[in-house]
Amino acid sequence: MSTSSGSSMRTPRRRVAGLGSARSGTGHFWLQRVTALSNLILILIALPIVICVAGQGHAATVATLGHPLVAIVLLLLLFSVTFHMRIGMQVVIEDYVHSEGVKVLALIANTFFTIAVGSAGAFAILKISFGG
Amino acid sequence: MAGAAERPLSPHLQIYRPMLTMMMSIVHRITGVALYFGTLLLVIWLIAAASSPEAFDLVNGIYGSWIGLIVLVGYSWALIHHAIGGIRHFIWDTGAGFGPEARELMAKLTIGGSIGLTVLLWIAIWLVKG
Repeated sequence: MSTSSGSSMRTPRRRVAGLGSARSGTGHFWLQRVTALSNLILILIALPIVICVAGQGHAATVATLGHPLVAIVLLLLLFSVTFHMRIGMQVVIEDYVHSEGVKVLALIANTFFTIAVGSAGAFAILKISFGG
Repeated sequence: MAGAAERPLSPHLQIYRPMLTMMMSIVHRITGVALYFGTLLLVIWLIAAASSPEAFDLVNGIYGSWIGLIVLVGYSWALIHHAIGGIRHFIWDTGAGFGPEARELMAKLTIGGSIGLTVLLWIAIWLVKG
């Protein structure tokens, strides 16, 4: 093995990955931006739908939400938004919760919450679409 | 950190004079956290629509009340503000807009734009509802 510069505790694999003490790279930043873009596009498409159904009765609302194109937009929006929510709240927790145990529990709760919210919304849209 | 040398700490928030750009950064985070919980409003409404006409009327009634409408207006403002703040970040991601005038202008556009678009949105909803 070479005895070149750098810590001898660091394996060549580790040095090549270049991730340092944070143990992660730019993946989080990139996903935040990608989901921000998809949120923006999907919100702009969903906005006219929301304005249309605002204040409508149950039958009219269900008829609108049940249309395949509307349902697909709302499903994509929910997926994109809850993903963005999860990694956004992760940063907030990491910034303000310093106790290691509480932090890990908060990060797990964040994952549970966002997946539950996304799944519940998706189930509701699918149930309406499939005419249940 | 037992045995570790005392390291210099970077100064925290209280040492800085409040500035508009700093406030916009803080508001971007606050609106993000508010929207995190605000998504529940959308999902509760969807579940009510999927459940029964009675459940839907109940939720629609709550959302359509004065308190409900105030929350919805606040929610829509937070969403628009966070969205425009996000577009600001996209501009910064290209390397542009970091100068003193540009970032100050973008901060003002974010506030003005979010309030203006929120008013327009509710006028549009009011017009469609008739």
